[in-house]
Amino acid sequence: MIRDHKLWTWHIAAGLLILCLLGLHMAIMHLDALLGIFNPAGGHPIDWQNVAARSQSLFFLVSYVLLLGAALFHGFYGLRNILFELDPAAPMKKSISWVLILIGLGLFIVGGWAAWTSFQGAIVA
Amino acid sequence: MSENKLPETIIFRIRRLAPRRADKPTWGEYPVAYSPGMTVLDGLWQIKERVDSTLAWRASCRMGVCGSCGMFINGRSRLGCNTQIAELGTSVVTVAPLPNFPIIRDLVPDLRPMFDHHTALSPFIIRKDTAEMQEPTGEFFQSADEMERYLQFSYCIKCGCCVAACPTCATDSTYSGPMALTQAHRYNSDTRDDGFETRKEVLTGGAGPWRCHFAGECSRVCPKGVDPGKAIQLMKRQLVADYLGLRRKDPVAQINVKPEGIKRREGIPEAPEPSVEP
Repeated sequence: MIRDHKLWTWHIAAGLLILCLLGLHMAIMHLDALLGIFNPAGGHPIDWQNVAARSQSLFFLVSYVLLLGAALFHGFYGLRNILFELDPAAPMKKSISWVLILIGLGLFIVGGWAAWTSFQGAIVA
Repeated sequence: MSENKLPETIIFRIRRLAPRRADKPTWGEYPVAYSPGMTVLDGLWQIKERVDSTLAWRASCRMGVCGSCGMFINGRSRLGCNTQIAELGTSVVTVAPLPNFPIIRDLVPDLRPMFDHHTALSPFIIRKDTAEMQEPTGEFFQSADEMERYLQFSYCIKCGCCVAACPTCATDSTYSGPMALTQAHRYNSDTRDDGFETRKEVLTGGAGPWRCHFAGECSRVCPKGVDPGKAIQLMKRQLVADYLGLRRKDPVAQINVKPEGIKRREGIPEAPEPSVEP
């Protein structure tokens, strides 16, 4: 298993990444009247044309995948810490880690597939 | 309640437990004749001498130096000898053993788990020049600024109040706890020490500082004004910097060599001859 100081460093790095990418999300979704960025069709940021335009951008594909990975790692590492504080036995700790890794990977694959399919759809179109 | 308003008799409410005789603790109430300047430890002595000689606690120096009399007094970990009844301001003083430790009897906690963690972190100067360590030929040079890096952490008296106040220690027995981690940082920040790599084996694992939530209770309750919360955060920074290859590696302090060829200024007298044979 990876040493705790490495996991903790990545946890902090993921937190910083989430801060930046969520900042971008907030700017797009809630400051559209002021900034109007990444909403090429105008109107509301969650109008279909705007969502499709963002999904078709390589920048957003990378951003979505990074945000998904960072959020999953940050959240599941935190959950692991909480569960470890219940003082389970060593084999149970190992099981908890593996279950969380598998769930996290599963969710990452599903989310990554959704982002990739949207992007691919753009290429096909 | 100020000292003047305290009644002549204070009630001590004490948690009693004799593990060999009973499974569950009981609470006993004992009247104590109050006098100004009286500490909680003085009250316990009075109970033992006049009311119940079976009451057990651990104490030694009576002046906040030895760290023996850590207790849970009125809901906070404190030293019994260092806590005046007047400063508590209540006519009922509740005393229990330190939380987060097994209990040997009454107010006597078993501090072995804390010292096991302490020992695992090699809390002493580690150097490669073992010959010099065994047969010292001089003093290792250390500047005042270098000493400042660890000085406050060296005031720790290992009373266990910080461990008793730590919410992580309450549930996670594998966590080293604030005392042991602070002492590890104390030696890691000492320029005479070269044992960072040795301690890193433990610190980078599950027993290291990573479980700390920075609740800060350890720093609040420390009777010596040590700041274990700060030590743990500094240690995290040091270990992360080391992982990223950014840790500053200062050379280990060497023997302070007396400069040669320097003339004494006029008017400054020579040191007197030693009065005893070396």
